[in-house]
Amino acid sequence: MPNEKRKIVFPSQILGDAKSHKAGRGTFIEEGKIISQRLGILNVNSDYINVMPLKGRYDPIVGDFVIGVVEEALSSGWLVDINAPSPAFLHGEEVPWDVEFGDAEKYLNRGDSVMAKVLQINELKKMQITMKDRNLYKINGGHIIEVEPSRVPRIIGKKGSMIALIKKYIRCRIFVGQNGKIWVDGDTESIERVLQVIHKIESEAITFGLTNRIEELLKKDARNVHL
Amino acid sequence: MKSDKKLIDDAGKRLDGRGPEELRKIKIEVGVLHRASGSCYLEWGGNKVMVAVYGPREAIPRHTQNLLRAIVNARYNMAAFSVEDRKRPGPDRRSKEISKVISEALEKVILTEQFPRASIDVNIEVLDAEAGTRCAGLTAAGVALADAGIPMKDIPVACSAGKIEGRVVLDLGKEEDNLGDADLPIAISPRTNEILLLQMDGHLTLEEFNKALDFAIKGCNAVSEIQKKAILDKYQSVEVVE
Repeated sequence: MPNEKRKIVFPSQILGDAKSHKAGRGTFIEEGKIISQRLGILNVNSDYINVMPLKGRYDPIVGDFVIGVVEEALSSGWLVDINAPSPAFLHGEEVPWDVEFGDAEKYLNRGDSVMAKVLQINELKKMQITMKDRNLYKINGGHIIEVEPSRVPRIIGKKGSMIALIKKYIRCRIFVGQNGKIWVDGDTESIERVLQVIHKIESEAITFGLTNRIEELLKKDARNVHL
Repeated sequence: MKSDKKLIDDAGKRLDGRGPEELRKIKIEVGVLHRASGSCYLEWGGNKVMVAVYGPREAIPRHTQNLLRAIVNARYNMAAFSVEDRKRPGPDRRSKEISKVISEALEKVILTEQFPRASIDVNIEVLDAEAGTRCAGLTAAGVALADAGIPMKDIPVACSAGKIEGRVVLDLGKEEDNLGDADLPIAISPRTNEILLLQMDGHLTLEEFNKALDFAIKGCNAVSEIQKKAILDKYQSVEVVE
């Protein structure tokens, strides 16, 4: 993107005319005008006007990878907190183990963390998640940090560039949940450094040229480069 | 209440030197609390109000949940030290009423249908009171909701007008509220000028009422600009242009 400011908009701000543009995410139409619903960054994509949230609760989308914390074991599955306005249901059939009815507690219990994928969301925003996908496990060890869900795309970078960058300079394992929870595993020093980098990305998420600055930061105190 | 105190001098100036259509000084700070989803600190004349917004989160107890939309719980509370005599802490009839009317006003602007079964909790804490705390509280709540990233149709804003010594004036101060003839706090959605809250205490003729309403709406629009500026200032300062 060229040297143009990212424009911050507030709720009720008029963004454009409904005749020339279409109302995208985070906007609504009233009296022929497209109006912002929330505090966010203006994004005009061909003929759609979108507002990307700056802050706010995680809004799940089917297919998102998330990290959740088990709230309760029921007889046929679990209720998992994925930072959304209400807990998601993880069915006994949707885990990599063979769970018999009533035995859910044997596999996952209150407080356990899992990696999962959002399977479906109905009209009432009741969510189902699944662990039957590539590389989804119960989390053992490592460190989970929380960031603002709206900053996740910046932490991942374009096609995972930012994560690839961190992995290149620091020896660690990272799983970024779209819900703002990030799991980092490695030795203590590496975790510490990854946390520092992620904090920097989070606080400067709405600036340009971030990837280059992060790379410089990583290069400065890199021990060895992992390709 | 009768008093000999003159609320308006011969030159038309009020006790604190304001003209009839002048607001008290307003200062708004956004995002002052770390644990809350959104927060706001507001000073309006001698009023000091802190608002914290939590959620949308699962509504508890479960029977309060609405299957189709989020519920909005505003809780207005005055600190024991906010008034001259100590205020007995805890909810009383007055603060329960204000909590209810503010909840209903906020519910009208928030897009609650996006969060079925959730609750949005708004805690309004009055630290220092000097007339018009419900307006100050609601105005701060609007900013805190925007700061929390909650989708809404508009940023609600409130302001009061009233009558002192037979004259309609904007934004009553403490003595004016106590010794004046009427007080009319309103909240509006500034984009459309729709009324979200309207209360009246004292007597106004229809003509005076229309004039006071007109004043209050003008006041609301002026406060709305301050709200928007505060929000933009907070988030634009993060920006680094390269």
